[in-house]
Amino acid sequence: MKQKRKERIDRGIKARSDDVFSLNSFREMLYVAVPPLAPVLLLVILPLVLPSYWQKVLISTCVFALLAMSWDFLVGVGMVSLGQALFFGVGSYIAGVSNKILGVPIWIDLPIATVLGGLICTVLLTPVLRLRGVYFSMVTLVLPLMLERIIEAAGIFGGTEGITGIKTFANPFVESYVIVLVTLFALFAFRRLVTTDYGLVLKAIKDNDRAVMSVGINIYWMKAQALFITGCVGSFCGAFLTHVYGFVGMPSFALDYSILPLSAAVVGGMGTFAGSFIGAFILVPLSEALRGIGGLRIVLYSFFLVVFIVALPEGIFHYIQRKYQQFERWVEVDK
Amino acid sequence: MWEVALIYGFINSVILALTALGFSLTFGISGVSNFAYGAMYIFAGFASWLFLNKLALPFFLSAAIAVFLTALLGAAMYRFVLLRVRGLVISEVIATFGVGLIILELFRYLGFSGFEYTLPVFTDGSLLIGNTYVDYQRIWIVGVGIVLAIGLYLFTHYTKIGLAFRGIAQDEHTALSLGINSDRIAGLSVAFGSGLAAVAAILILPRGTIAVNDGYDVLINAMAVCIIGGLGSSVGVVLASFLIGYAQIMTDILSGPHWKMIISLIAILLILVVKPSGLLGKQKELEERI
Repeated sequence: MKQKRKERIDRGIKARSDDVFSLNSFREMLYVAVPPLAPVLLLVILPLVLPSYWQKVLISTCVFALLAMSWDFLVGVGMVSLGQALFFGVGSYIAGVSNKILGVPIWIDLPIATVLGGLICTVLLTPVLRLRGVYFSMVTLVLPLMLERIIEAAGIFGGTEGITGIKTFANPFVESYVIVLVTLFALFAFRRLVTTDYGLVLKAIKDNDRAVMSVGINIYWMKAQALFITGCVGSFCGAFLTHVYGFVGMPSFALDYSILPLSAAVVGGMGTFAGSFIGAFILVPLSEALRGIGGLRIVLYSFFLVVFIVALPEGIFHYIQRKYQQFERWVEVDK
Repeated sequence: MWEVALIYGFINSVILALTALGFSLTFGISGVSNFAYGAMYIFAGFASWLFLNKLALPFFLSAAIAVFLTALLGAAMYRFVLLRVRGLVISEVIATFGVGLIILELFRYLGFSGFEYTLPVFTDGSLLIGNTYVDYQRIWIVGVGIVLAIGLYLFTHYTKIGLAFRGIAQDEHTALSLGINSDRIAGLSVAFGSGLAAVAAILILPRGTIAVNDGYDVLINAMAVCIIGGLGSSVGVVLASFLIGYAQIMTDILSGPHWKMIISLIAILLILVVKPSGLLGKQKELEERI
């Protein structure tokens, strides 16, 4: 019996457009330019054409895409967080409290909440920087629940009722474009960051932390920096949504904000950021379209999560990328 | 007041130990941290409620079926989900967490909440110890908890499956070379852990209503006890449950029930910072502490 195996080869156009030679023809330039330009065009045009309800969906999609990307970044440093809600919640509460109680205007409030939130989350997680694997996950799972309970028990920051009457954005277009631009910036910045020397060190910490230590790099300092970046992104999401809804409360620490980014990143494909982006843009609108199912949302996300992690761990983005860059054919095995 | 603290602290400690037993067993044997543990607990509660009230089976029969079903669910989770990602810690955590969320949130969606979801106590009435009344259900919990702990010790030391459990926990490859199917035994250990969660549920749930949110609390408590005692160490589990158990009761008495849960969370953080392998953990420190 003749045995066959599948062979994958780079497409000609991929090889031709790899370098400066992509300037040879428009077809090759398009081949290089379309993938990064597509999300930009999509996101810039969408706020102009969508009805107002779906604009809100776009906003939450972008927020979840940002959370998913920050989760992905943290995984790339070897820290699997099960509680992105921590970053989100801290950011929301800082924005809510400073706007309502201290009267800080929105445009100062957002950057303050972003940086301060990142700092607070980093400080909160500093004790567990030394842990890895399951242990880090357990702590991150526990922390948002703990903050939620402390707020409930102590009755601080509005307690169980939360804080209402926070200033919202005056113009819906401003609202949409702020989050759209930040999402696009984060997408390309993250993708660039992991290819720099700095990103390589972070990746090395995941792959072999002792090797990184042995060349004299302080991995805890690096991990703290990674946490700070993730914390900033997560806190920005929280602060932004606080100003969209004009409300902050205990739901900011809800499971949604932990599980959906995780699902989005896993469904889209881990380690690429574009995957998290695609994942969020599939899952959030899907759950919105099926909003009749209401409480079944988390079930749906978890279901996708389990199916993809078991059956298609590479995720959608890697699959598309492979199809885009390579073709497959069956060849006979030489004996 | 101190008498109440002493007696109820003891009972609370046994309850914690009971909830943590299954989690610790599964982790100790197969290295799988079963984040669906709380879901298994709630599943057992609702399953036995359904058998009892919808099919009108006698209580002990429905409880037995519920325990069996939960163990089966654990085995199925291992066979269809965990087996494919075995050894990839990140995937294991995410997958079990996902399965747990599916079960819990499905119950929430199907409307399983309210005061009618209660399990009956084994025997009514209460006992006077000193000046404190303790109801029979709590006595049952303590009794069964102690019997279970002893039974588990005997099981893992004197039966073939129990020895196989300890075999793959010590060295999976050597166990494999001696003809122990490590996949089968690991699956059994997950099933066993889930079964123990079910037993704990049937004993503990009659104290109140069955609420979906308890699933998360049970998971956190089980994790707290296991982390503090040292993952995989059975003596550590008992020690840690007494530490947390008394700490919880003391905070409950001194500052109100809201702070009770926070104690275990703070305890987790403290122990992870000071000694990540736990009080009596056998894992090498370097493994988790880099």
